[in-house]
Amino acid sequence: MSEKKPPVWLRVYTFIAYLYIYIPILILIIFSFNTMKLNVRWQGFTLSWYNVLFHDSQVLLATRNTLIIAFVSTIVATIIGTLAALAMQRYHFPGYNASETVMYIPIVIPEVVMGIALLVFFVMIKFTLGLVTIALSHIAFNIPFVALVVRARLHGYDKSIDEAAMDLGANEMTTFWRVTLPTIMPGVLSGALLAFTLSLDDYVITYFTAGPGSTTLPLRVFSMVRFMVTPEVNALSTIWVLIVFIVLLIGQIAQSRRA
Amino acid sequence: MTTAQATEKSVKKFSLLKVFRESRVAQGLLLISPANIYLFLFMILPLILVTVLSFLSRGTYGDVVFQFNITNYTRLFDPLYGKIFIYSLEVGLATTVLSILIGYPLAYYIARAPARQRSLLLFLILVPFWTNFIIRIYAWIMILRAGGLLDAFLEWAHITQHSLNLLYSPTAVLIGMVYEFLPFMVLPLYTSLEKIENSILEAAADLGAPPWRVFLRVTLPLSVPGMIAGTILVFIPAMGMFVIPDLMGGAKTILIGNVIRNQFLTARDWPFGAASSMILMLLTMVFTLYYTRKAGFGEELLV
Repeated sequence: MSEKKPPVWLRVYTFIAYLYIYIPILILIIFSFNTMKLNVRWQGFTLSWYNVLFHDSQVLLATRNTLIIAFVSTIVATIIGTLAALAMQRYHFPGYNASETVMYIPIVIPEVVMGIALLVFFVMIKFTLGLVTIALSHIAFNIPFVALVVRARLHGYDKSIDEAAMDLGANEMTTFWRVTLPTIMPGVLSGALLAFTLSLDDYVITYFTAGPGSTTLPLRVFSMVRFMVTPEVNALSTIWVLIVFIVLLIGQIAQSRRA
Repeated sequence: MTTAQATEKSVKKFSLLKVFRESRVAQGLLLISPANIYLFLFMILPLILVTVLSFLSRGTYGDVVFQFNITNYTRLFDPLYGKIFIYSLEVGLATTVLSILIGYPLAYYIARAPARQRSLLLFLILVPFWTNFIIRIYAWIMILRAGGLLDAFLEWAHITQHSLNLLYSPTAVLIGMVYEFLPFMVLPLYTSLEKIENSILEAAADLGAPPWRVFLRVTLPLSVPGMIAGTILVFIPAMGMFVIPDLMGGAKTILIGNVIRNQFLTARDWPFGAASSMILMLLTMVFTLYYTRKAGFGEELLV
């Protein structure tokens, strides 16, 4: 699109829109350092809420659970999703359209429906709800997202480099490991990053598939904010935002270096 | 060599491995089968179970009785549930329309920005989207609650001494929903707008169209695919949302999502909850099919 200077009102509007997006997050961060428990006005600087947070055994357990689930579901979903993306982008096979349609299910079906469906399924096959059922469910909704992202990357893939490798005597396996995979790696990594964050962020499906003792961070935060406002949640949010910001920034820098 | 001899020779060489190496179909099936098997087990099968469940009945103790009937569906015609369905539709549509109104100028600005600024502006849209959504709702609870930051600000600015009492109202739910789903609208809109060739806009201007007409007749129609993708990404999760009404709506705001959740976890009427989710699923699917038929989409969902 045009690089002509946008009108003044649009620039003012955009500035206000970004304020709208960021003010709530800045407020969260600022009030994590507030001495006042009720969080209505600024009283004084303290780090004590971070101290409370780091000694909250339930939060620590929830963090551990969340990370285990996120790592396991990301690894499994990235492998299965990448294979599916390769299959759909490069091959034709019976049931192609059906396989493709299934990939859109997590986008077109509300999460709450997916959540109760998985709950019904696990209860019916008498599978005890816990970390395993959460991880199995997260893999399920992550596979399609990884496949979509990797397919987008494969879409512009120049097949002649594969053919060149084969002409030079590499077999299909070698070509895949030494040529194809390194080329689509950025797509695989962004698929994995998306899967990891979706898993980290998920409340609804986790809520229905969790059992006693398998509370994750979003579930814990929900019960903390359900009835009260506490700066401990602000401290947790600040750390969360900071980690996300750093990870995304590294990703952004890596991407612009490559370009 | 006759054909018979040739066939005999190739049959001798027949091995599974060889067939596999030469058959693209077999390779494709092998690559897709982990995803197909997994998603059948943990996505399709559960959805089939819910469908079956919606035609069964509830026992005295909240258990499921295997007796086929459609009363779960006829119960949904009760005016009480009818109201909830209509209200959910209204909230879903209002969220979508507000996201378009707020998000469109933003996406337009980003798409027109110089390439270097563009990635930074997109990055800034994405950062809050990657943080946990309950945390974002919590930020709004702090702002909107009685005696909260908005009230404190209005008092400090001498605008009003009275609390606006926004939290636990339908307005609060809408504020939370729009804040939550805005990036899902901005990103596909941006993708569509960014693709529009500068030469097309210049051609329209050269032919004498004033800027507003260039926008209405060229830019806007060309951004429809992005708007449709954004609408799907916003409307569907907004329809099924129960967390924001729970935290920000109080007892006054009940959406279909809340009804479904309650049937499964507090009322323990699973068949009725299953029927409610079937209707919700039907609504969102009809909606998606209708809109995807109207215009091509797919690529915009891939951002």
